Amino acid sequence: MAGTTVTEVVELIGTGNGGGGASSGNGGGGGEGSGPSASGAVPQRTYVTGMIVGLGGVLMFFMALVSAYIVRKGMPNSTWVPLDVPRILWLNTVILVVSSFTLARSRNLFRAGNEEGFRYWWGCTTALGVFFLVGQVLAWRQLVASGIYLQSNPSSSFFYVFTAAHGLHLVGGLLALLSVAFRPTHRLTRGTATEVVSIYWHFMDGLWVFLFLLLLLGR
Amino acid sequence: MSSHAQSAHAAPTGFVSKYIFSTDHKVIGIQYFLLALTAVVVGIVLSLLMRFHLVWPNAHLPFVNGGQMTQEQYLALVTMHGTIMVFFVLTTAPQGGFGNYFLPIQIGAPDMAFPRLNMLSFWVTFLAFVAIIAAFVVPGGAPISGWTGYTPLSGVGEVTGPGEGWGQTMWIVSISLFCLASLLGALNFIATLIDMRAPGMTLMRMPLTCWGWFVTAILGLLAFGVLLAGGILLLLDRSAGTSFFLPYGLVINDQLQNHSGGSPLLWQHLFWFFGHPEVYIAILPGMGVASHVLSTFARKPVYGYRAMAMAICGIGFLGFMVWGHHMFVSGMSPYSGFAFSVLTMSIGVPSAIKTFNWLGTLWGGKIQFKTPMLFALGFVSLFVSGGLSGLFLAQPAVDNLLHATYYVVAHFHLVMGVAAIFGIFAATYFWFPKMFGRMMSEPLGKFHFWLTFVGTYCIFMPMHFVGIAGGIRRYADASAVAYLAKLQPLHLFMTIAAFVTAAAQLIFIFNFFWSLKFGAKASKNPWNATTLEWTTDSPPPLDNFGGDFPSVYRGPYEFSVPGAKEDFIPQHLAPAQVARSK
Repeated sequence: MAGTTVTEVVELIGTGNGGGGASSGNGGGGGEGSGPSASGAVPQRTYVTGMIVGLGGVLMFFMALVSAYIVRKGMPNSTWVPLDVPRILWLNTVILVVSSFTLARSRNLFRAGNEEGFRYWWGCTTALGVFFLVGQVLAWRQLVASGIYLQSNPSSSFFYVFTAAHGLHLVGGLLALLSVAFRPTHRLTRGTATEVVSIYWHFMDGLWVFLFLLLLLGR
Repeated sequence: MSSHAQSAHAAPTGFVSKYIFSTDHKVIGIQYFLLALTAVVVGIVLSLLMRFHLVWPNAHLPFVNGGQMTQEQYLALVTMHGTIMVFFVLTTAPQGGFGNYFLPIQIGAPDMAFPRLNMLSFWVTFLAFVAIIAAFVVPGGAPISGWTGYTPLSGVGEVTGPGEGWGQTMWIVSISLFCLASLLGALNFIATLIDMRAPGMTLMRMPLTCWGWFVTAILGLLAFGVLLAGGILLLLDRSAGTSFFLPYGLVINDQLQNHSGGSPLLWQHLFWFFGHPEVYIAILPGMGVASHVLSTFARKPVYGYRAMAMAICGIGFLGFMVWGHHMFVSGMSPYSGFAFSVLTMSIGVPSAIKTFNWLGTLWGGKIQFKTPMLFALGFVSLFVSGGLSGLFLAQPAVDNLLHATYYVVAHFHLVMGVAAIFGIFAATYFWFPKMFGRMMSEPLGKFHFWLTFVGTYCIFMPMHFVGIAGGIRRYADASAVAYLAKLQPLHLFMTIAAFVTAAAQLIFIFNFFWSLKFGAKASKNPWNATTLEWTTDSPPPLDNFGGDFPSVYRGPYEFSVPGAKEDFIPQHLAPAQVARSK
């Protein structure tokens, strides 16, 4: 066993085991030719990686809540009273889904170099996001008006927890949208910033659709 | 672009930006390390108080209100010891401390991918630590529901015990903050490792330490969000009157609690879905360090590098499938119990791969018994001793007998507690020269090792027998129970061992701070090691490599290569640069 290892290693000295040097694409090139390490800069795709990885953590957070929902509802003597979701949620859902399309349109225009169109549709997305959040608050007010509070029933507890957790994440998305529109970006290029924010926004859109279906069909 | 990035990395000048709110991963790593050092001192003091109380339950203690420790105060010690040790020592030091410091250097990067996020992670962790320490001084004192915070005890409030009011709330706030910080940290580790590797640093050329930190970060990313969700629901149960975890008809201290139909087991599921990966979060970095150090001081490549990397991934993957083995006695279906049992025992496979490959690495090596090597060997020893008892606990029938006894306490202290601590010690002795530019004292280090090694076995080996004899954990005073009273001499022995072992840690603390000031100057590569951190200055400059970023040409453990002049070939040497023997 040791013998085979030795011969292999001898060859390693001779051939250098491939790879290495600037020829390897494996260690990440920052698109500037010399690679991230040589310039000390963080490659732009790292921000995309970071966002996707971070959303993995966010997903686990929501899936924990969802599994708690399923388990809690299935408990014997769960005293679960199905909650009729406020009808305004249908409108909110449509608004949020549409905002994903306006965001995609905005990104396309950005890539085409149409600054004005980019800003217009980016603004539309932001406005739709605000409408969605206002709609969620209206939904809460409707529930409160009909006497359904956080502690009224496990179904209403989960409703408030889901909408609040998702709403908070969406507030973060709104701040990011505004930040891209109004603040110059430092470490990220604008292209990266729009991409990262888009990934987040589409994810929050999809997550909401999932939660809405869960509240609707799994009540 | 490039010039801008460099200006972003310009050396900070003020004390605050350099040492307090620093974005330099090396400073942040040391901050995490010092936080863990503070936490471990607190944790050890708490454990000594527990050990003392177990043997002399009626002793007069001047610092306790009323002179004698109450049973609730003992439970508060148990809770705080576990919480502080698991979160603020075993999670913080190996990953936040050494991972932060050495992951970027070992992969040839100038810093973490997101330095400001890194700083945020540390300071949120620090806030979490402040919150948990504050639990000692809030009205009612520290919580008593254990580091697992089981409901309904933790979910009702002050009526369940003195620390269950404010103290428990502080506990939940602290843990939630810790979750947030760990999520941000995990994200940073993963992004850094994926996108910031030096040219030629393929995944299969990474040091095994990086594999350990990488898989640990993935576990953290997937696990901490679940605990955060559980923590929020628990907080709502306590403060907003919801009933996620609290059942109907709960009567505590003759008071009917106004809750309906919640499930205490739901909390256990959420907690252990986090809690089991958490024990691997504590131990995987230690496994990486052990492999790294064993190879360096045996002057041999890691035996079966690829299998070692895959075993780390396998342990991480299986770690998510076995949380139910903490709940065998919760009345779960025997079928799920069986599945959890089989999956748990299957972790023995990658664990055995690691153990045998560690032994294979040592086999026939020219072993140098330096202090880091001793601690790495101690790690292997403790991991095996503690891991073997896990095979017994993995079987529901046996676990029914041993659950919540000292057998379990002995098991997890050896396998994740002390083993992980030995990983931290190995890392400290190994990397101290790189971090601070000076060597630690070898004689003191060896003295520290032998006292600690023998001492921990003296504490935890007898504990197995106490457990088998039916000694229940968390009982404040076993001497009042007839069949347990016979075990008191063993408890006395363990308590003496605990005090001696704790005293031995003063040697380490002295060695650490003395060497900071008076240790012999360290060269760039005092251990003749191969990985990238040994190619730069000790301590490394701000961007780690002084602008001269390495390319990687070979695997991480090329020791004793036939035909080469030296018995080690650093990763950054091109084939033409390797000096050949005649």
